[in-house]
Amino acid sequence: MFELTSSIRENAPSMGQVMLDIVDLKKVYPTPKGDYVVLEDLQLQIKKEEFVTIIGHSGCGKTTLLSMIAGLNKISGGAIVLNGQPIIGPGPDRGVIFQSPSLLPWMTALENVMLAVNQVYPKATKTQKLDVAKYYLAKVGLSNDINKKARELSQGMQQRVGIARAFSLKPKVLLLDEPFGMLDSLTRGELQDVLLEVWNKEKITAIMITHDVDEAIFLADRVIMMTSGPKAQIGKIEEIKFERPRDRKSIIEHDDFYHYRKSLIDFLEH
Amino acid sequence: MKTSTIELNQKLETPGIFTSLLTKFRGNKPKTVATDLGSKVKNALLILGSIILFFAFWHFGSKALFNIEANVMIEAARKEGGDAAALATKNCIATGDLSCKPNALPSPADVWNAGLSMYKDYQVLSASKRKFYEETAQVNAQLKAQGKKTMVYTGRSSFVDRIGKSLLTVFAGVILAMFISIPIGILVGLNDKVKLMFNWIIQIFKPVSPVVWFLLVYMIIKTISKNIEMDKSFIICTVAVALCSMWATLVNTSVGVASVDKDYLNVANVLQLGFMKRIFKIILPSSLPMIFTGLRVTVSVAWMVLIAIELLAQSPGLGSFVWEEFQNGASDSNAKIIFAMFVIGIIGFLLDKIMLALQKTMVYSK
Repeated sequence: MFELTSSIRENAPSMGQVMLDIVDLKKVYPTPKGDYVVLEDLQLQIKKEEFVTIIGHSGCGKTTLLSMIAGLNKISGGAIVLNGQPIIGPGPDRGVIFQSPSLLPWMTALENVMLAVNQVYPKATKTQKLDVAKYYLAKVGLSNDINKKARELSQGMQQRVGIARAFSLKPKVLLLDEPFGMLDSLTRGELQDVLLEVWNKEKITAIMITHDVDEAIFLADRVIMMTSGPKAQIGKIEEIKFERPRDRKSIIEHDDFYHYRKSLIDFLEH
Repeated sequence: MKTSTIELNQKLETPGIFTSLLTKFRGNKPKTVATDLGSKVKNALLILGSIILFFAFWHFGSKALFNIEANVMIEAARKEGGDAAALATKNCIATGDLSCKPNALPSPADVWNAGLSMYKDYQVLSASKRKFYEETAQVNAQLKAQGKKTMVYTGRSSFVDRIGKSLLTVFAGVILAMFISIPIGILVGLNDKVKLMFNWIIQIFKPVSPVVWFLLVYMIIKTISKNIEMDKSFIICTVAVALCSMWATLVNTSVGVASVDKDYLNVANVLQLGFMKRIFKIILPSSLPMIFTGLRVTVSVAWMVLIAIELLAQSPGLGSFVWEEFQNGASDSNAKIIFAMFVIGIIGFLLDKIMLALQKTMVYSK
């Protein structure tokens, strides 16, 4: 912890500066056969307003890493520093979008988002809060369904609400744990566009886990490739230099896309 | 803890020929779903047939028992007064005169007549009650104006009044059971330390018989009520019913709270919801299906034990009615008891149906 003081940075980094600093991160799960080391010596810096995707084989510790950043999982060693403050628990400054939409099924879409809005804007008036919630629901294309119960919505629509909820928190970092993993490929494409559209407006630093190579390239500024566990680490980082805002069609037709794709697949198949 | 409630649930399922009827009303999908009109009619006929069979069995069974009792009476008369007395008794029984009616299981017709006579009794009693209040209206108004206690009708309770009293007691008992068991269940489900503190209490006191609970409550209320004026028997019944029936809700609430979907708790953690918000926005709504299953068992148990507790507490409800009729030993007492049995059963069935309807409107389904 003492070395950390040197790496503490200003509270509000400008664009391009390191916002999230992961230092010597370690995660150990105790098992009856002895400790199982999931992550060890993991170093990663993520810059402000950067969109990073993390790709790796199942069980390599991607989700463990993300849930430690979210503060939902305890850190065994090292530290995660957000804006100069080490992370000790969960908080609304880190919005999380889970693989399952995790909406509260007994509430409407609007109530689900309002639950978040109420927590971040405790002093705002009821109408102001409603406006915020409705704004983000409109952004994800759900203006007409805000009063439907969450359980009545399709998986894709539920995940849209999940995106609206996460953005409405105005988080410093957005954490996405395979948010589109359970959707069919058409809906998945739609939601990638929705996500990018909202993200282009809000420019929130985003970290997303995915299994999908194309998705990783299409969304990210950098693709982080993780080695397989145990003791997983960062294996390779690929910078994606497409300009934003991105258009799916032109990116898929771009020569570089296949270059990036080959790089990712080569890494994953080794 | 979970299994015990499930076992209790299974015990309450009534097996046999009425199962299809029950499941139909309980809203569970029966194994063979009657879709077309033909099979619906077939099912209705099946139910009707079973009802006819039931009453036929009862009718002929009671007739056989009646004959045994009659023969014993005739033989006893023969021993005492010879053949002439035996013949006189036989003739007397044949006329159906009350003075020599054998005391046996009443037939369906007897029970029906007992029901009718109780209805007439109810009309007479409520008329006399109305008359009492009409006559005392002026005096009561004066007494009220002076701040004194008004005169209350103290006559015998009719059967309908007793049903009302029993329903009121069971309602109060279930409400009390809810107020005790749901908060404790939430705490037990949330916190392992609280669970350790409560677990032994639950395990030891859950199987205790209603009669013992009644005695315990009686010991306490007797002292408390020394200086306070209150309807002692009603309060004793309510508390005893609550203590007997609350366990299913307590156990189900704690299991429901302990098994809230981890995703929902993660949402609560990320949003950093406060304790109360976490309980009322996340934990309670998501464990409501389990809580309601517990409440349904609680209501059934409450109604079942109420009859026994009322009998002991001398509360003027259905339980004491049954007991008083048995002690009374009038010619139609047995028939009244069996009539009360049907009323108790039908009310219990309706209570369960009401709980199910409540559950459907209040609980979310995935």
